Amino acid sequence: MTTSPHDSLIRNLGSDLKPVQRLRPPALRALGWLAVVGALALALATFANTHTMWERIGAAPDMWLAVSGSTATAILAGIAAFELSLPDAPRGWAWLPLPGALLWIGASGFGCLRVWVVPAAHVADMGEARDCLLFIIALSVPLSALLLLMLRRGCPLNPGLTAAVGGLAVAAAAATLLNFFHPYDAAATDLTVHVFAVALVVGANRMLGGRIFSLAGVTSGRLPPN
Amino acid sequence: MITAETQSRSADDARRAAQMAAAQAGDRAAYEALLRDCVPFITVVAGRQGVPPDRRDDVVQDVLLTIHRARQTYDPARSFNAWLRVIAERRAIDLMRQVRRHGARELHAPIAFETYPDRDADPARGIEHVQASGRVAEVLANLPASQREAVEALVIREQSLAEAAAATRRSKGALKVNLHRALKALRGKLERTE
Repeated sequence: MTTSPHDSLIRNLGSDLKPVQRLRPPALRALGWLAVVGALALALATFANTHTMWERIGAAPDMWLAVSGSTATAILAGIAAFELSLPDAPRGWAWLPLPGALLWIGASGFGCLRVWVVPAAHVADMGEARDCLLFIIALSVPLSALLLLMLRRGCPLNPGLTAAVGGLAVAAAAATLLNFFHPYDAAATDLTVHVFAVALVVGANRMLGGRIFSLAGVTSGRLPPN
Repeated sequence: MITAETQSRSADDARRAAQMAAAQAGDRAAYEALLRDCVPFITVVAGRQGVPPDRRDDVVQDVLLTIHRARQTYDPARSFNAWLRVIAERRAIDLMRQVRRHGARELHAPIAFETYPDRDADPARGIEHVQASGRVAEVLANLPASQREAVEALVIREQSLAEAAAATRRSKGALKVNLHRALKALRGKLERTE
């Protein structure tokens, strides 16, 4: 029997072998994370004035289109992130949330025009816009932590991309949940703050996610702990 | 011919898929046989990606470690060879990026290196080296275990990062950091003792 220069590594890996539970399909795993977001939405709904929220969302088509867009982005980006967390996943999955994101951005942008069309609209001032920012960030922290932990069970070979798409799912989910406590009409200042918050969450996820996946041995080939 | 080749390929694929399924259940013999069987396949994929022959073993080691880390993501209902090929291609691309980054920073000039006179060369330095190596051994013994481990694996035993990572159960990144800290500590302690 010939000896290979990789024999010692193979024997080491063999000695480290433990039975593993096969990962469930990515869509099912994404559903698990989305279920947590749904549970959070139900919990927040008990504190929010949902009647006012539905009235506000139903008042103009751009409002419910924007909410539908952010919800679709959260779902599609969540599925895409779990797909990308597999080592053999095509990078094309990163485009999955695009339709939802376009609807979200388009409808939110269109809402800004209402400030000129409806001068009496209640537009958020800087203080209120800051509250939106804090809400999105505060909600994004636990949702990101959970998502990154779940994604870590896969083995993303594009850690930055996977974490960034996961960050988009988190930011979209947080922006959707913000509607419970967001009695303002869309305006340029408000939209700018939302864009800033989403970019911040996506950027932070991309940066931290890469490190977390690296600690899990994804990018550096570390053996998992016993 | 094509049919026979396709059939032999699919039989090969089915065998590997079955071995991987057994490995997922904890069968060490099947796992080691599978990893050995994967080595030529990975080498070929690395070659196709343009990895130079002297670096293909690095790709093989990275891919073997990735298979180990990612074994729970493999679905035996799907082609093992396709799964392995994508991982090998990505690891090969990662290595080629690293090679290009290093290449952009370093200059290869063997003739200049061989013929350039060392103005500071001093024959007496050989004796100093012997004395210094004694001090190095002493200082090395006083380093924290993780740092000493990195120096022993990477410098003294001249193991590759992947081998050292597997042997010490630390990440390559952690090993690099530990080695860097160890060298810094060694430098500092040796300067103090001089």
